[in-house]
Amino acid sequence: MLRKIRLISATICFTLITLLFLDFTGSIHAWLGWLAKIQFLPAVLALNIGVIIFLILLTLLFGRTYCSVICPLGVLQDLMAWVGKKAKKSKLPYSYSPAISWLRYGVLALFILAIIAGIGSLVALLAPYSAYGRIANNLLQPIWIGGNNLLAYFAERADSYAFYETEVWLKSVPTLILAVATFVLLFVLAWKNGRTYCNTICPVGTILGFLSRFSLYRVQIDTDKCNGCGLCARNCKAACINSKEHAVDYSRCVACMDCLNKCKQGAINYMPIWNKTKTTSPHNGETNLSRRRALSATLLITMASAMKAQNRKTEEVVMKKDGGLEPIKERKPSNRQTPLVPPGAQSIKNMTSHCTACQLCVSVCPNQVLRPSGDLMTLMQPEMSYELGYCRPECTKCSEVCPAGAILPITTADKSATQIGHAVWIKDYCVPLTDGQKCGNCERHCPTKAIQMVPSVANDPKSIKIPVINTERCIGCGACENLCPARPFSAIYVEGHERHRIV
Amino acid sequence: MEEHTNHIDRRDFFKIVGITAAATTTSFVGCSPQKENTPQSTQLGPVPTDKMTYRTTPTTKDKVSILGYGCMRWPTVPTPDGKGNLIDQEAVNELVDYAIAHGVNYFDTAPVYIQGWSEESTGIALKRHPRDSYFIATKMSNHRIAGRGLSPKEIYDASIKMYRESFKKLQVDYIDYYLLHSIGGAKGMETFNERFIDSGVLDFLLKEREAGRIRNLGWSFHGDVKVFDTVLNMGIQWDFVQIQLNYLDWQHASGRNVNAEYLYGELAKRNIPAVIMEPLLGGRLSNVPDHIVARLKQQRPEQSVASWAFRFAGSPEHVLTVLSGMTYMEHLQDNIRTYSPLEPLTDEEAQFLYDTASLIRQYPTVPCNDCKYCMPCPYAIDIPAILLHYNKCVNEGNVPETQQDENYRKARQAFLVGYDRSVPKLRQANHCIGCNQCSPLCPQRIDIPRELHRIDAFVEKLKQETL
Repeated sequence: MLRKIRLISATICFTLITLLFLDFTGSIHAWLGWLAKIQFLPAVLALNIGVIIFLILLTLLFGRTYCSVICPLGVLQDLMAWVGKKAKKSKLPYSYSPAISWLRYGVLALFILAIIAGIGSLVALLAPYSAYGRIANNLLQPIWIGGNNLLAYFAERADSYAFYETEVWLKSVPTLILAVATFVLLFVLAWKNGRTYCNTICPVGTILGFLSRFSLYRVQIDTDKCNGCGLCARNCKAACINSKEHAVDYSRCVACMDCLNKCKQGAINYMPIWNKTKTTSPHNGETNLSRRRALSATLLITMASAMKAQNRKTEEVVMKKDGGLEPIKERKPSNRQTPLVPPGAQSIKNMTSHCTACQLCVSVCPNQVLRPSGDLMTLMQPEMSYELGYCRPECTKCSEVCPAGAILPITTADKSATQIGHAVWIKDYCVPLTDGQKCGNCERHCPTKAIQMVPSVANDPKSIKIPVINTERCIGCGACENLCPARPFSAIYVEGHERHRIV
Repeated sequence: MEEHTNHIDRRDFFKIVGITAAATTTSFVGCSPQKENTPQSTQLGPVPTDKMTYRTTPTTKDKVSILGYGCMRWPTVPTPDGKGNLIDQEAVNELVDYAIAHGVNYFDTAPVYIQGWSEESTGIALKRHPRDSYFIATKMSNHRIAGRGLSPKEIYDASIKMYRESFKKLQVDYIDYYLLHSIGGAKGMETFNERFIDSGVLDFLLKEREAGRIRNLGWSFHGDVKVFDTVLNMGIQWDFVQIQLNYLDWQHASGRNVNAEYLYGELAKRNIPAVIMEPLLGGRLSNVPDHIVARLKQQRPEQSVASWAFRFAGSPEHVLTVLSGMTYMEHLQDNIRTYSPLEPLTDEEAQFLYDTASLIRQYPTVPCNDCKYCMPCPYAIDIPAILLHYNKCVNEGNVPETQQDENYRKARQAFLVGYDRSVPKLRQANHCIGCNQCSPLCPQRIDIPRELHRIDAFVEKLKQETL
């Protein structure tokens, strides 16, 4: 029964939080956003006291149910272990092993140091929520969007506007590689030994494990009934039951309840610490695990290749012919001295010190602006770039979804008045000067009217016009950079600001 | 690209040479215009093969089918790499065979159509038929080299090269109808003189007519009426003239177009046959709002919406042929039905169409006929696709005026989602820098940057919900 409750609630939690990461429309965050907010690390970084107290109390009461139900990475490993168990055709895949305390506490210490020192990349590498976000965003979302695009394809043919196509794009190669590596490592560990990651590496597991030593409800072995068969230990994915000594390592037990029904003697029970009464044994001899061939879970990583400019040979065209499309030349990212972080982040420092690099904001950004950073210190934390789109005035999606307080909620009005950077003009690329064509696309699209067009020659009002920027008014949204016709480099780009300010 | 031609045969060539064009654009033109009148052969009976109406030219006594095939909108298929389109030669062959089998004998192309591939493709398809079973019309498209400050000699050489290439591409040794392409554009007479008089190209063409390599010499006209009048009265015997004529333009031509009533009247006075272009305005007279469909269908429930436009264009007796760029077999079949034989409009019906025209005019569509003369835009914008999407939404009632509109949410979704489907993001109106290289090329004289900026502003309002 307890196991079933755990299974059902874990499935629900896992499915919903995965949906949160898959959803690219940003519409389900209003309903499910809390699932990200109750994750341990985001709550700590956001100083979400209520959630922290809740999680501590939960653990003190029932043990590490967080790891079995709430943590998506934990549930994912259960899933992997289940696949492994099926494939190995083994009913008794696990065995007790002593805790590797030096590694657990070593990693935890490193993790805390990394948070204090603001090395976001290390934090993101170790944290379970970040790892899951990374996997979901990089590996699962492309498949999800692929499915959506298939529906959009049919919708288009049915003249329906219910589904629309969304582009799958490679946001960051290092992050993708790390996501694949994380996935493979977890898969191997979970396949072989269940919750190895949770009990040796995961810093959250270590913290909660420390608390769960003192939990009120816990798995207990009735030494009178126990015949030392070791069935419980062989079924324990946390490898925490020492059946010989009738002892359970509560710092590692994730309260999965798998062992309870396994015991033929009814010697193992989940109950309050003070309750030493012997319960009657609910004997049942089920567990006829089917010996079907396991599904080989192959994860297809679909990656849309970035649009490549079709380099047509420039022929000596004497005559303009009608029709056809000019090939689109690829836009290369501008080289920013200071990274750009979204309005609501308040400052780069706030971003780096709070961000768990869970990729939730990256998943939800509808304008292809946010992507994981490739910088070593802030690896996988979001940063903005305007090659594919710009930070549109009506959108505040990233600020709505961030569970860690790295991007704080912001209104569209506040956003339009928040200066996250300022535009810089690059004379050498500007189309009026290079092509001799009148332009002004930056001016036309500037939401704050920070750009005006002035004659390029000071004393000649008839000379072709070039943009000048009032940096006091510029909010750094990137409309100018994105819509600039100059390629491959934009003739106007946004330089980030260390600290955002209201203009 | 040219290098490839030496190594592979022509048919393959057409399958390989990519024409960069968004797939969406072509499907747009094709599908929507005549969707409502796909013939159902069981009820309509077979498409007649021997009932086509023919008109005879006064000079060469050619018997020309009233339906002419415009070769500017041949079907295309996406290139293997998906980056552009190429002409679907097999489909072109099929359409040409069908047209000839059902009495169509006039094929109108130009060196600049479909990025310059139309002549060659048309030539391949026609080569499979006896030379005396069809008439070929092609053009001197030297307006695409005029206005660049080239010397008369340079214009002459480039023009003659173009003329000779037409023969090669079409694989013929004479051309039945040769046109000075689109006179009246750009700077009016100045441009005309640059193209034909100062360069000596007109003298050359007149000599070619004498030599019999051009059987009929004429011109197509868009724009400045002064050019129309001057050229008509310059003392040269023109065998035919090509004008834009349809019930919308008859009395209230848009932009700088001249009323067709005047143009046709001047030609009729001189007994010069008129070849009609844009009878359907690139589908705009077929893809009309629902209540216009209802209005037309009430009169003749079994006839297509397009048939009205074709009957209108074909009815005046001095009309030699009515050109239609039929991309799809269904369009071809429907037009053959309309003209097999042509049932001329009665006076009441004509008045009914003029009234219909004023109803259509109330819809603020952009008068784009998807001729693609403005393309390619050097800044990679897909101009016709944007304008056609806008027009589609206007006709379907998906251009809301305020958020209070009853169907605002639905219309917003339809406009924005449809926009992304019809036009790739990097080719949308917000990338128009307003360089205005396109507008002078537009035969309908649309102020393209202004329209694109207007549509862009509208899209912004929809996106930001500030309408």
